[in-house]
Amino acid sequence: MSDTRKSWSLHLAVVALLLALNFVLPEYHHGNLARVMVLACYAMGYNMLFGYTGLLSLGHALFFASGMYGMSLTVQHLGWSAGPAMLVGLAGGLAMSLAVGLLSLRTAGVAFMIVTLMFAQAGYLAVLYFGEYTRGDEGFVIQKASRQIMGIDLSDPMNRYLAALILFAACMLITLRVVQTGFGRVLVAIRENEERTRMLGYDVHRHKLLAILLSGTMSAAAGAGYGLLFGYAGATFASVQYSIFPLLWVLLGGAGTVLGPFIGTLFMFYLIDLSSDISTAYMLIAGVTLVLLTLFAPQGLVGELRRRAVRWLP
Amino acid sequence: MTLLSTRGLSRQFGGLKAVENVDFDLPEGQVRALIGPNGAGKTTYVGMLSGRIPASAGTVTFRGQDVTNMPAHQRIRAGMAYTFQITSIYGRLPVHENVALALRWRTEGDEKETAKRVADALERVGIADRAEQLAGDLSYGHQRLLEIAMGISQQPRLLILDEPTQGLADSEIEDFIKLIRGLAGEMTILLIEHNIHVVMQTADAITVLNGGQILAEGTPKEIHENAAVQAAYLGTG
Amino acid sequence: MELVPYLILGLLEGLVTAAVLSLMALGLSLVFGVMRVVNVAHGEFFMVGAVLAWQIASLFDGHPAWGFLAALLVAPPLTACLAVAANQLVLKRIEYDPERTIVATIGLLYIIQQLTLMTYGPDARPVEAPFNHRLSIPLVEWTETGLGLYWPWGLGTTSYKLAVILAAVALLGGIWMLMTRTRFGLLMRATQLDRETAQAFAIPVGKVYAAVFGLGAGLAALAGVLIVPIQQAHYLMGHDPLLLSFIVVIIGGLGSLPGTVVAALLIGVSDGMISVFFSPTLAKIIATLGVAFVLIFMPQGLFGKRSL
Repeated sequence: MSDTRKSWSLHLAVVALLLALNFVLPEYHHGNLARVMVLACYAMGYNMLFGYTGLLSLGHALFFASGMYGMSLTVQHLGWSAGPAMLVGLAGGLAMSLAVGLLSLRTAGVAFMIVTLMFAQAGYLAVLYFGEYTRGDEGFVIQKASRQIMGIDLSDPMNRYLAALILFAACMLITLRVVQTGFGRVLVAIRENEERTRMLGYDVHRHKLLAILLSGTMSAAAGAGYGLLFGYAGATFASVQYSIFPLLWVLLGGAGTVLGPFIGTLFMFYLIDLSSDISTAYMLIAGVTLVLLTLFAPQGLVGELRRRAVRWLP
Repeated sequence: MTLLSTRGLSRQFGGLKAVENVDFDLPEGQVRALIGPNGAGKTTYVGMLSGRIPASAGTVTFRGQDVTNMPAHQRIRAGMAYTFQITSIYGRLPVHENVALALRWRTEGDEKETAKRVADALERVGIADRAEQLAGDLSYGHQRLLEIAMGISQQPRLLILDEPTQGLADSEIEDFIKLIRGLAGEMTILLIEHNIHVVMQTADAITVLNGGQILAEGTPKEIHENAAVQAAYLGTG
Repeated sequence: MELVPYLILGLLEGLVTAAVLSLMALGLSLVFGVMRVVNVAHGEFFMVGAVLAWQIASLFDGHPAWGFLAALLVAPPLTACLAVAANQLVLKRIEYDPERTIVATIGLLYIIQQLTLMTYGPDARPVEAPFNHRLSIPLVEWTETGLGLYWPWGLGTTSYKLAVILAAVALLGGIWMLMTRTRFGLLMRATQLDRETAQAFAIPVGKVYAAVFGLGAGLAALAGVLIVPIQQAHYLMGHDPLLLSFIVVIIGGLGSLPGTVVAALLIGVSDGMISVFFSPTLAKIIATLGVAFVLIFMPQGLFGKRSL
């Protein structure tokens, strides 16, 4: 079987497995997995820029929040239904990615990291400043009645899980497709050796911009999805912490792999879940994991697997 | 037919004139060597030709088109290929992927055609047996050959080689000379070189730069006998 | 005329902010400048300084000046040791690679912050200032008998706050002397200019890095000790000053002490004054976007000779 065939088989099998789990998981894990799948979409969006293109953004919460607030403010204040509101969330993410991309790509390296951090911080502060509409840190609940698409009630756990799975499968398969095409390989080339790529005839700036657009929009889709499926929007999702999380998830799972972000999100979610039973200082685990990863396993779980054994893993 | 020419091409860094008012013509099909002592401005000049460095003044014309303001990647698409002074390849990717990246935009997704042309290019430079290896695992000499393979796989009109034999062993240099001689009919080659033996064996014509200006131009024999050139080299070591 | 007292109050408060901010930003700038790395955990060293100050001061009964003095002498060096340990265990191992250092220091941020939460707790606790006299500030007004002084209600500061400003000035002067007049300062500047050449001249770059990292953290901790009588010690207090320090360092330019001081004054004072009239949130938004645009369009900052 060719490598491409193997990849598609594997990833479709993962989707099938997650579908099967819908029917067997106990309620607590069922809800968690739905959450993990949506957050994994955020991680996959981040991975597109960090893992494949090699650009480290410290401000991705801006895109996640653009999706979340684009969707939820439209429902809350304009009374739109969920479907069109999701599109507004996506459009918001796309627009924000374009603006941030055009500006931040004028910098590189550490400056790029700080610029993205600053834009995200400004976004977070703006959410607080317009607290009249956003309810700031406290956030607001999106009523059950609004959380329906085509008559399907998304607050019902089974529907919610399946919706999350659809979003997850879409993001994962899009990522898989992109990395197999020429465009995806040029992104990798840019990550590996930008100047060489330029001198092979590629418009590096345009590729980076497209990568940011794809990455930001996918993150916004995750944000909009999270708000819709879990019925809540709050400023925490725009904060620095939510910019650090996808970096953590992707590093843990394996940057530059398709499955890595999901594995990383799943692992970290449960790790934090378990440690928050022990102490309120559960972010300590996040800190220790980050340090250990940078020191000893920069490739992450799936990355190490690929390096040592399964070379065809995308 | 003149493939590449410059008129009054200059580059200044603050008060320092790295390249001053260079007029240059390269006829199609020629193998031209660009030589000169260290600091003569060769790398800066070639940087302006390839588009990596913007010119302070003057024009660059390629295939009849004014490319002075054209960004580097577009010049590559217009038919230039460039190898770096310090070999620049994708160390963590396999050898065949290195070459595939060089020509994928030409074959437009036809993976069969890409694979064929990759194989041809690797065969040409003599490293076809290493196609599956990671480029970073190759010896320095082979990495240089890989970079040349990447260049020629693009079937360029102009191949610019920046100090290609630097760091190569004598036997590798002889192989390189044969390779260039073999390519000479198919494409125009501009060679920046310090190794005079290589220059004498491969070049149809030589341009000598010194202090940012053209000191002399002519056949290898003429340059070899030129007193001013000898003085420039001996004087500045 | 009612405006003037407010402005002056804003100015005074702003000067105190600027004083503390300049020390903290200088620490960050030194680390940027010499080691070429961004230490995201810098704000946590500030917090640790404040928390240690509380811890030390609470060991002393009697006049608060003794507890404060002890804190001032002990907390910064202790924090510096913590920083040097982090440098040896983590940063040195990843060879100060810019991207990996940012990720690692984010990790350190959470580790330090959460350990503090676990030991010190989530409460904010005050430390008494060594001396604290209210000083009312007079303004000049035109009376029937000529120029006279009057004391607007509410316009005043404390002797401690003035002392903080003076202390900052003295410390900045001290650091300037350290950098320009001592051998260590020379080693630091040489390493900053060209690391490879410094190594070739047998300058122990590894030791210089450890010392600079410690010095940077020590300055942050010192700022924390100075601020804690005014503002209570809390485990999350490092967040805002970190961002402000970033803003100061980037606007002032890397590795430039005069730039850092001027930028700190600008940011501190304008923060103080804008907060009088506008929502502090809006002021922060403007400052944050300001940093982004300076980095995008003027990467060398206002004074720096080198960009990130």
